[in-house]
Amino acid sequence: MKILFNGKEILAEDGMTIAGLLEQRQLKPETVIVELNFQLVKKEKWSDTPLKENDSIEVLRFVGGG
Amino acid sequence: MQDLFHIGGKELTSRLLLGTGKYASNQMIPQIMEASGSQVVTVAMRRVDTDFEEENILNHIPGNCVLMPNTSGARNAQEAIRIARLARAAGCGDWVKIEVISDNRYLLPDNYETIKATEVLAAEGFQVFPYMSPDLMVAKELVKVGAAAVMPLGAPIGSNRGLKTKELVRILIEEIPLPIIVDAGIGRPSEAAEAMEMGAAAILVNTAVATARDPVIMARAFGMAVEAGRAAFLAGPGAARQYASASSPLTGFLRED
Repeated sequence: MKILFNGKEILAEDGMTIAGLLEQRQLKPETVIVELNFQLVKKEKWSDTPLKENDSIEVLRFVGGG
Repeated sequence: MQDLFHIGGKELTSRLLLGTGKYASNQMIPQIMEASGSQVVTVAMRRVDTDFEEENILNHIPGNCVLMPNTSGARNAQEAIRIARLARAAGCGDWVKIEVISDNRYLLPDNYETIKATEVLAAEGFQVFPYMSPDLMVAKELVKVGAAAVMPLGAPIGSNRGLKTKELVRILIEEIPLPIIVDAGIGRPSEAAEAMEMGAAAILVNTAVATARDPVIMARAFGMAVEAGRAAFLAGPGAARQYASASSPLTGFLRED
């Protein structure tokens, strides 16, 4: 299925969860924030939130800034 | 004398706010905070770059610091509002620095969009700290829509050019009933002290500390300068005059005349 990951179209396996996607992308869960279709998804929900065709997922993190 | 800084629902002892960008190593941040005495830090939020593993800056920020996530990257009010909501939902508390910028050369803030974002977020219970170009009418509007403070720039972000907007900032300090925090452009401790002597409530610096040869010593220098400037403001400087006024008595010399 096609999903939007940080604004870019990517292919993901059907039924992949948020946790699965982060793992595949080698992103450490403790360092990121996930927004799915403009809604923040809490960490506890990542392993039981499957992604659907055309979902838009934003994976963000806090960085240094002024 | 106890001089507490009441701001955004908190009670602080330091009037120096620090940014966390541009450090050679984020490991340095706890030392910077300690040396400066600062109790508030700004952070930004960005999309992850999967080709480049970064760490989460929050891991380097001492637990007793107040976090002020900024909305940098936002080009309009709507984007700023989205970032602010995400930061709060991610556990950053209810402070937010509104930064709406669509000009890439001077990074000057869009005052109009900043007012719009401030209004929406203040109504949602955020403590809103809008970064703005010093303009009295805009500052009055920010007061009206519920800002916690007004943060005029001293010079363009990261320029280290100092308090170029001094006269306009002075007017804001005089006319605006909210704390005025000079944000951006301050390059040297003397400039921070100058703004504090004028009655600014606080100073926010990042580049000046982060790009100093020794950021830890510079952080300490800024902490001292902000404190000195504040004390001078509270003390009330004596009047300036054109001609000399002897500091020693002019009578009782060892000669007769």
